[in-house]
Amino acid sequence: MNMPDFTHIWPEIFVASMACLVLIVDLYTDKRREIVYWLSMLTLVGAALITLSVPAPVRTLSMSNTFVAEPLTDVLKMVAYAVVALVFLYSRDYLRVRELLKGEYFVLGLFGLLGIMVMISAHNFITLYLGLELLSLSLYAMVAFDRESSISAESAMKYFVLGAIASGTLLYGMSLVYGATGSLDLAVVANSVSANPESMSLMIALAFLLVGIAFKLGAVPFHMWLPDVYHGAPTSTTLYIGTASKIAAFALVIRLLAEGFIGLETAWRDMLMVMAVLSLAIGNIVAIAQTNLKRMLAYSTISHIGFILLGFVAADTQGFQAALFYTIVYVLMAAGAFGMIILLSRAGFEADELSDFKGLNQYSPWFALIMLLLMFSMAGVPPLIGFYAKLAVISAVINAGYIWLAIAAVVFSVIGAFYYLRVIKLMYFDAPEGTPSIDAALGMRVVLSANGLAMIALGVFPGALLALCGLVIPVGLR
Amino acid sequence: MIGLSHYLILSAILFSLAVAGIFLNRKNVIILLMCIELMLLAVNFNFVAYSRFLNDIDGQVFVFFILTVAAAEAAIGLAILVVLFRNRRSIDVDELDMMKG
Repeated sequence: MNMPDFTHIWPEIFVASMACLVLIVDLYTDKRREIVYWLSMLTLVGAALITLSVPAPVRTLSMSNTFVAEPLTDVLKMVAYAVVALVFLYSRDYLRVRELLKGEYFVLGLFGLLGIMVMISAHNFITLYLGLELLSLSLYAMVAFDRESSISAESAMKYFVLGAIASGTLLYGMSLVYGATGSLDLAVVANSVSANPESMSLMIALAFLLVGIAFKLGAVPFHMWLPDVYHGAPTSTTLYIGTASKIAAFALVIRLLAEGFIGLETAWRDMLMVMAVLSLAIGNIVAIAQTNLKRMLAYSTISHIGFILLGFVAADTQGFQAALFYTIVYVLMAAGAFGMIILLSRAGFEADELSDFKGLNQYSPWFALIMLLLMFSMAGVPPLIGFYAKLAVISAVINAGYIWLAIAAVVFSVIGAFYYLRVIKLMYFDAPEGTPSIDAALGMRVVLSANGLAMIALGVFPGALLALCGLVIPVGLR
Repeated sequence: MIGLSHYLILSAILFSLAVAGIFLNRKNVIILLMCIELMLLAVNFNFVAYSRFLNDIDGQVFVFFILTVAAAEAAIGLAILVVLFRNRRSIDVDELDMMKG
């Protein structure tokens, strides 16, 4: 009996042990909980260093083929660490002002990160499911985290019930795949699927899997939970759900569809096409009617999910690269946008209504400019990075031969530009209500500014990030 | 003779009952939690049946994991339910309507 190879699992082991350590340390600290915050940040830095020290230049399977390490997993994990670090940094003051700065937030955040990492590296239905549940269960608890808030409790309940239905449906699909292929291993499933593309039971299984995936992604027609959860959750949790969990969603799709079910690609690309177009339409049109910024960003998330799905509709190397590029860019944009809501909020004031952004330019021209960059980037205005993300997806779709899809994507983006521009109009051309001020800590101001400026910096030099996406999704994937 | 298809049909019926229960139930959140459990158990039924008929142990291993996760899920669901009840004094599904749009 030989020992399993732990080399590529050290980051996961480290994050799991540190999350437990943070949980214990939290018991013995005073009210301010500075040490818990710094320990969590240290965990993220440590995990990043470990991941860099055990890179996987070629695809390596370990732990009885349940765990895969490859360049793609390394890059996704590094992005996940960076995003969770941003989330923790933005959330600290928000939580402290509301007397919510408890160890639980960071422990759940780290366990959620562990779930994301396990999903990224999953090569077996069991690992995929366990990672997904670890993330989802942490998120349910994080939404209900503000115990005094009735609206948080309601959105947590909705999220829990719909999330559990999604997991159940996904599992039912997995059980049918197991029955049809006799294995839970993704590589064996992929071979078996490619060998019987006509199998009826595999088609039914695929339908269940897609419903589960669509629920988790928040794609129309399975998007009902998303606006309520974004709206009801504390902004720090919305920030986590809106950014870090999207990386997990990307990993879920790439593992299940692009890896396991590539043999049935003609079947799933049609279903994804319908979901992508509906997401673009409903997301962009309903967002116009919102007065709450968090709800508006929720609908904008739905439309961005539509774009990511379009990359998968192309179903070739270029499409997957575009989807990866879009996911990374979207996560950065969303972190900045929710960061701005946190920046403007103070004790007893959430700053999540559109009207709360009125006249921002008059009392803080600098952050009005940062928000302008973020909104223009989301709308896809050149030369910001959001434009290149949309361009990459649309050119992938055109190369795959779907001209009408590209036209639909452009038309809905133009409709979507309206509500991003409305935020900018409120900031620059309206007078502020009352005498608001920004009293965030220096660290948050600096990082948020960097986050906003990254939109233009990456937009002027998109080559490096594009090349990275090209490197990690090798041509051979398909 | 009871074959694989009988098990599959039973599990499909249980699964549909659970889904119907979630969407038709307008009364009580606890019933939703029960339906979610039923859903996961229907999946377990499928896995065990396939595992037996394929002579492959992996399915039964998966069932153990699902059972454990289902227990954790129920714990979180009940915790959220308690928070909800303390804030609202009610666990009616119909009253979960503070947010619209």
